[in-house]
Amino acid sequence: MAAIAPIVATLWCVAALLITGAIAVAVGRLKWARWLIYGSSLTVCAIACAVAIVHLIARPAAVSEIVLPLGLPWIGANFRLDALAAFFLVVINLGGAAASLYGLGYGRHESAPERVLPFFPLFLAGMNLVLVAADAFTFLLSWESMSLASWALVMTHHREAENRKAGYVYIVMASFGTLALLLAFGLMAGPEGGYAFATMRAHGAPTGLAGLVLALALLGTGSKAGLVPLHVWLPLAHPAAPSHVSALMSGVMTKVAVYGFIRITFDLLGPVSWWWAVPVLFAGAITAVLGVLTALMQNDIKRVLAYSTIENIGLIFVAIGLALAFEGNGMKAAAALAMTAALFHVLNHALFKSLLFFGAGAVLTATGERRMETLGGLLNRMPATGLLFLVGAVAISALPPLNGFASEWLMLQAVLLSPELPQWALKLLIPAVGAMLALAAALAAACFVRAFGISFLGRPRSPAASNAHEVDGLSIAAMATLALLCLLTGIFPALVIDALAPVSSALTGSRMPVQTHVAWLSIVPIAESRSSYNGLLVFLFITASASLAAFVIHRLASDKLRRAPAWDCGFPDPSPATQYTADSFAQPLRRVFGGFAFRATEVVDMPSPGDGRPARITVTLRDLAWDLIYDPIIRLVAYLAERLNHLQFLTIRRYLSLVFGALILLLLILAAWS
Amino acid sequence: MDKLAFDVAHFLAGSLVLVSLMLLYQDRLSALLNVFAFQAVVLALSVAWQAYVQDAPHLYLTAAIALSVKAIIIPVALHRMIRRLGIHREVETAVNIGPTMLGGLGLVALSMVVILRVTAEADMYAREDLAFALSVVLLGLLMMVTRRNAVSQVVGFMSLENGLILAATGAKGMPFVVEISVAFSVLVAFIVIGVFLFRIRERFDSVDLQAMDDFRGERR
Repeated sequence: MAAIAPIVATLWCVAALLITGAIAVAVGRLKWARWLIYGSSLTVCAIACAVAIVHLIARPAAVSEIVLPLGLPWIGANFRLDALAAFFLVVINLGGAAASLYGLGYGRHESAPERVLPFFPLFLAGMNLVLVAADAFTFLLSWESMSLASWALVMTHHREAENRKAGYVYIVMASFGTLALLLAFGLMAGPEGGYAFATMRAHGAPTGLAGLVLALALLGTGSKAGLVPLHVWLPLAHPAAPSHVSALMSGVMTKVAVYGFIRITFDLLGPVSWWWAVPVLFAGAITAVLGVLTALMQNDIKRVLAYSTIENIGLIFVAIGLALAFEGNGMKAAAALAMTAALFHVLNHALFKSLLFFGAGAVLTATGERRMETLGGLLNRMPATGLLFLVGAVAISALPPLNGFASEWLMLQAVLLSPELPQWALKLLIPAVGAMLALAAALAAACFVRAFGISFLGRPRSPAASNAHEVDGLSIAAMATLALLCLLTGIFPALVIDALAPVSSALTGSRMPVQTHVAWLSIVPIAESRSSYNGLLVFLFITASASLAAFVIHRLASDKLRRAPAWDCGFPDPSPATQYTADSFAQPLRRVFGGFAFRATEVVDMPSPGDGRPARITVTLRDLAWDLIYDPIIRLVAYLAERLNHLQFLTIRRYLSLVFGALILLLLILAAWS
Repeated sequence: MDKLAFDVAHFLAGSLVLVSLMLLYQDRLSALLNVFAFQAVVLALSVAWQAYVQDAPHLYLTAAIALSVKAIIIPVALHRMIRRLGIHREVETAVNIGPTMLGGLGLVALSMVVILRVTAEADMYAREDLAFALSVVLLGLLMMVTRRNAVSQVVGFMSLENGLILAATGAKGMPFVVEISVAFSVLVAFIVIGVFLFRIRERFDSVDLQAMDDFRGERR
């Protein structure tokens, strides 16, 4: 290992993934192709993950670079592996390995494996390349190949009209995002065309244009990550793909976008100014609350998960915004805290969102259904999947002792440092953002109580749900691995925080205090006197008290046999329709927030007495992003296209005159320029 | 010597622009072809002078190609063509000569202003040369826009290409391959256009592009 530089090893892994994709084209239709392709993806991702972990732990400050004679001739293809890239490589390859393992089992039920297998390794290779790219050309090329490969995966089941629409919206938004990034890099490269990241880093932000670059970066990476209002493609595209790909897109690809934003703002754009934080905080807070509110209203379990991804991206962007605010004011320790919280949440979200999508995929395999209204009672039929899904749901709801709590707690600790900021704008904005974070966390808990409760508890609402069977062992193994990692990072957050120290010191010039030296594995973000958290202690307490309670109840309470008239436990009518439904569970929250956030309207159609037909309640929700932004744009484009249509039918001389006129106009502009 | 070399190059390139302006007001096709042949001769002289000044023998070959293909082969072939088509006495313009000439003068002025402003640091030869070359290109384009007959559009296109050759030979160190390929592509374009002319003629009994537009049912 010592002989090969880590960056070279990573590039070999990318090459291996590309070769795997090429082989998949040839053997995709064969029965055993799944074992070969997912097996080698799993191996390669595991190796790449190990390389990145070793780089991050063993030589945290080292930077491994290489220039290949590809790409633009005068700069070549630059690749660079530093602490930030290494951390994201760990996240991506962890998710990639888990998805490959899950794919080994889940892929058995795939109706068209030849449409999935070639693009799956290609997608992984694209994401890995984005992280190690060190010039704008290589970055954008990798970014586009990642987008295109994932688009092909979204279009796997292209015979369903809904999926075609999802693919279309996705490719439009992805192209828009890449255009924004292209312009951002163009501005940073300047008139001399310094497209290598090293050059951009050296001369920093173009004077007076930092705000424009920031806006473009926010648009470009935000459209991939799913910031409101650029999120419209995400809840369409993520559920449309096969479940292990959904897990990759939601858990992993959005993190590549987060990486891009951190790379541009903290690394390439030069010294951070405090006002950069304002748009990021706004976008993040709105995204978090709207994402989880919409998730609460959904009935398709994979769309619930997709909207919840939007919420978590909002949380991560809020933490990045906090880091920008502190960094811009020279508060290094606070910036390190916020940045560590953001990165920690990146890791956590990759773990539990992949786990939850795997669980949704297992439910889909077992029942053929994604609509929660047709599920129910699955915990008895699929105990392992149910338990693992519950672990993921608890983690994403930020309940201790799992990992979601640790990172969101760190974010709130960073929010509590905001009174020390000098700017009044931030002093007033950040507590409001903190309140939004708290609201989002509470709503997320409600959302996952609903998702788990409606799908797994109660009684089955359809024959498909009552005939469900547990899924195969490999899928469960993939879920169990992720659940175990969620638990471990939740119990031992100190280890993760210390592993993140080189990343935060490379970005903010500071790091959080060393945590592994603190007694009893507690974490202390600022000082012992202010706050500390011990995941292990909470875990032990919960385990001990829950076991004790179970023991006491079983030993003492149910000892005697009692006979009594049944109160029926709220089930006088044996029909499953009497249970709480997903919509009825969400109704109180919809009444509180829906009118404002979705222009929700409820119409009750009550038949008059004596009329035999059933009463109906109709709920309409509007998507404001579509109504206020996208529909006007679509109408404008259609109008312009209509007006320009006659240009298709001009005479040859008119066309020549147009060319001539354009040329003369450009020359006139050039002549009048200086 | 240096001064003389510059003056002669300047004179020849300027003559090329002058001949381009002459092309604009030729309203009979045979006269147009004669002026075009004359333009090619001037171009060949200019390129040969550049070959002498820059001490670049391969440019003599370019000059020879310009002279043989553009001053002799193409005009002769076009003359035969219009005779066979029976349009050698035809008079045609889409736009009146007065405004066209004024526009042409404006274009020459524009290209001078643009080139002299943009290439402030460049070599003196190259600056003058590029300014004249851009004028020739723009005038060729103007001719393509203002003429309605397919043959005069071909001539406009070739005169535009003459401007490109002038620009290419004026800049030092332009590889010979570029010029050769440009010359051959023009020859091929000429053949293709010639073939098309006859096909158009067969179908519409005219090479006036108006006929094609009428056929498509377009309004003007």
